[in-house]
Amino acid sequence: MRIAPKYTQRLAVALLGGATLLTLLVLLFIILFVLQKGLPAVTWQFLSQAPRDMGRSGGILPVIVGTFLLPLLAIAIALPLGVGTAVYLTEYTRETRLTRVIRFGTDCLAGIPSIIFGLFGFIFFVVILGFGWSLLSGGLTLALMILPTIIRTTEEAIRAVPNTFREVSFSLGATRWETVLHVVLPNALPGIVTGIMLSLGRSIGETAAVIFTAGSALRMPTSVYDSVRTMAVHFYLLAREGLSNENAYGTAAVLILAVLGVNLTAYWIMNRFVGRHT
Amino acid sequence: MKWNSETIVRQVLTVIAFSSIAGLLLIALFILKEGLPFILHVGPRAFLLSSNWDPANGHYGIYPMIVASIWITLGAMLVGAPLGVAGAIFLNEFVPKPAMRLIKPTLELLAGIPSVVFGFIGVMVLAPFIRAHLGGPGLSLLAGALILGIMILPTVISISTDAIAAVPSTFREGALALGATRWQAVHMVILKAARSGILASIILAMGRAVGETMAVIMVAGNAVKIPHGPLDSVRTLTANIALEMGYATGLHRQALFATGVVLFIFIMILNSLAGLVLRKKVRRS
Amino acid sequence: MTPPNSIKIAVESLSAFYGPDPSLRNITLPIPARSIMGIIGPSGSGKTTFLRTLNRLNDLKPESRIEGRVLLDGQDIYHPAFDVVSLRKRVGMVFALPMPLPMSIADNITYGPRLAGIRNRARLDNLIETSLKSAFLWDEVKNRLSSSAMRLSGGQQQRLCLARTLAMEPEVILLDEPCSGLDPISTARIEEALTLLKNQYTVVLVTNNTKQAARVADRTAFFLMGELVEVDETRRIFTVPRDSRTGDYVTGRFG
Repeated sequence: MRIAPKYTQRLAVALLGGATLLTLLVLLFIILFVLQKGLPAVTWQFLSQAPRDMGRSGGILPVIVGTFLLPLLAIAIALPLGVGTAVYLTEYTRETRLTRVIRFGTDCLAGIPSIIFGLFGFIFFVVILGFGWSLLSGGLTLALMILPTIIRTTEEAIRAVPNTFREVSFSLGATRWETVLHVVLPNALPGIVTGIMLSLGRSIGETAAVIFTAGSALRMPTSVYDSVRTMAVHFYLLAREGLSNENAYGTAAVLILAVLGVNLTAYWIMNRFVGRHT
Repeated sequence: MKWNSETIVRQVLTVIAFSSIAGLLLIALFILKEGLPFILHVGPRAFLLSSNWDPANGHYGIYPMIVASIWITLGAMLVGAPLGVAGAIFLNEFVPKPAMRLIKPTLELLAGIPSVVFGFIGVMVLAPFIRAHLGGPGLSLLAGALILGIMILPTVISISTDAIAAVPSTFREGALALGATRWQAVHMVILKAARSGILASIILAMGRAVGETMAVIMVAGNAVKIPHGPLDSVRTLTANIALEMGYATGLHRQALFATGVVLFIFIMILNSLAGLVLRKKVRRS
Repeated sequence: MTPPNSIKIAVESLSAFYGPDPSLRNITLPIPARSIMGIIGPSGSGKTTFLRTLNRLNDLKPESRIEGRVLLDGQDIYHPAFDVVSLRKRVGMVFALPMPLPMSIADNITYGPRLAGIRNRARLDNLIETSLKSAFLWDEVKNRLSSSAMRLSGGQQQRLCLARTLAMEPEVILLDEPCSGLDPISTARIEEALTLLKNQYTVVLVTNNTKQAARVADRTAFFLMGELVEVDETRRIFTVPRDSRTGDYVTGRFG
C-alpha cells in the first residue's frame, strides 16, 4: 500500500523537525541548567576574591585572570605566525606542491585532539625546554592549537578583499608588501578579528591541554613562568574532587557566560563589519 | 633599496608559512620519540592485545581501552549521526531563511560549550538517571556515548549543512519542477548528491569523539575492563592518558605516550578516510 | 604642420600571450610625448591588454608573457633590471570602473605619494588641491576631503581616480575606457580635463566610443583582434582611413 507523497512528506518533516528540536532543546537545557544552578553563587565577592581552602570557599579571581592571560599569550604568538602564513599562501604564491603541503600540515594540526597537545606541551615545553608548568608552556601549546583557525579565517578574509583594490594600489607604484600592509590587511581586519575571537572562545573552554602545561596553581600569576589555573581546569578539579558543588556550578556559570560572550562578540563583528567596505 | 625590503619580506613570510608544518612535525616527533621505543620494547602484541593494565607491576596492556574507545565512539555516532544529519536536512531544506539567521548563531554558540560542562551535566543529571532507571553504576559506557553523541552534534550539523547547501539549486529546482514534494526532492536527489559530504562529516565527528577527553573522564567510569554491556564502566584511551599523566614516571609515562601514539594513528586514519571520501566526490563530479 | 614630438613610448613588435594564446600580435606603435593617443576597436581586440603592457600591470597575471619591446624614453621596461615599481609611478592608470580605495578622499589622493616617501604635510595638501583641480573635482569636494570616497557619485569617483593618478606626478597617463558608465556631464568634464592635461603629460586613451576619440585624441590607433590595423592623425582615421576595416568600424558598420 503506497502512502501518498504528501503524507510521507508530513511524516518526514515531523521527524526531522522533531530531531532538530530535540537537539536544540538538549543543548539549551545544558546552558540553562548550569546557569540556573550556578548564577546564585556568582556574587561580586566570588568574582573578586581569591580562593580559600583549595577552592572550597572564597572566590575565583586568579582563576579568571589566568583564563584570559593564557589565551592572550597564545594569540600574541599565533597571530603573527597565522597571518603571515595566510598572507604567504594568498598573496605571495600560486597553488603549488609547497602550498598543498602547508595546507595539509595545517589541516592535520587542526585535527589533533587536545590531550595529544597536552602530552606534547608537557614533554616539550614543560620538561625538555624547562619552562615548567607555566603561562609560557600553556601559551605556546595553545598557540599551536589555535594556529589552524587563525590561518583559515585570515585566508578567507584576505580572499574576500576585492582584487580591484590591489590593482589600484599596484598601479600607484606600491610594492606587494605595501599593498598587503596598507590595503589588504586593513580590509581583512574584521575577518581576522573574528578568527581571534573564535580562538579565544575555544581556548577558554580548553582543559586537557592546559592542565598538563599550565598546571593548576591557585595564585595570581606574576610572571610568564608562573603556573596558572583557568576556569575550565578549576571547574573540573572542583567537580572531580567534590570540593564544593556550589562553587563548581558558580565557576561553570562564569565559564559559560565568558564563552557565550566571546562568541556573541565574534558573531556581532562578523555581521557588522565583514563584507562591508566603508 | 626597494627590492631589498621586498625580498626580505618574502623570505620572512616563507619561513613563517612553515610554522604549522614545523609544529606538526615537532608534535609527531616528540610523541613518537617518547612512545615508540616503549612499544618496541614491550612488543606491540603485548601492548595492544593484553588486558592487563597494571603499571605498578610492569604490565601495560591497553586492549580494554581500545575496545572502550571503539564502543564509545560507535555509540556516540549512533546518537549523533542520525540526529545531526536530520537536523542539517531540516535546517537547510525546510526552515525559511529568516529563521535560520537566528538558529545558525545559536547552534554555533552551543558548539562553544566546553567539554567539562558536558561532562558535569553527565555526572549530575545523566548518570544518576541511568543508575536509577537502568541499573549499574550510572557512570558508564552508555552515559559516555550519550554525552559524546550530544557533543558532536554541532560538528555533524555544521559540516553536513555545508554539504547539503553545496548541492546546486538546479538539482532541487529540477526535481520540484517534475512534481516532486520537497521531501522527495530531498531524499531522492539532494541526499544522494550530498552523500559524500555527509559521510565525511560523520567520519570527522568520529575523529573528534575518539579524541575527546574531559567529558568521558567524568562520566564513563574509568574502570579498566572490557565492557560486556552499555552499563559497564569503561576507560577510553584518552581517559587513560589524562588520568595517570599527573603522576606517571619512567616506563609508565612512556606507556602513556605510547597510548597517545595509538590514539594519533586512529585519528589520522579517520581523517584520511574523510579526506578520501571527499576526494572521491570531487573526482566523480 | 605641427613639429614632430619626441616619442615617449616606443612599442616595437609587441606580442602578448596568456598561456599559449596570443592576445596581441606584433604591435609596433610609437606614442608621441605630450599628446593624446586614442585607441579604438571592438571589444576583445586587445586594447586593454595593450594598455596594461605599458605599465606592466599584466605581470600580476601569472600566465601572461610578452615578446618584443616597450621602450619608455628609450629604456626597455621589460628588462629584468628595470624597476617595475618606479615604472608605475611614472606611468599612471585610470581604470574602466571607478575604483576608489576604501578610504577618505584625501587619503585616496595621498596614498601613492606617501608610499613614495612624501611626508611633508604642506606638500601633500598642495598635491591634493592641485590634482583635484586638474580633475575638475576640487570645488565639489573641497569641504569634505576627509569623508569616505565611497560616498561620491560614479562620475565624481572617476574624477577622483584621475586626480589620484595625477597626484603621483607621472609622465604618462593611461586611461582604460574611463567614461563607460558615466553620465554625459561627467564624461564631458573628464574629456575637458584630458585636453588640458595633454600639455603636460603623454596620454593614452582606450575608448569604445569612437566619437570620444574623434573629439579628444591627436592620433588614433585602430585595433582589431589583437592586431594594429592602422594608426594616423585622428582627422585622417575618421575621414580618409587607409584600411577598409578602419573605415567600416568608424562609420559604425560593425563593432
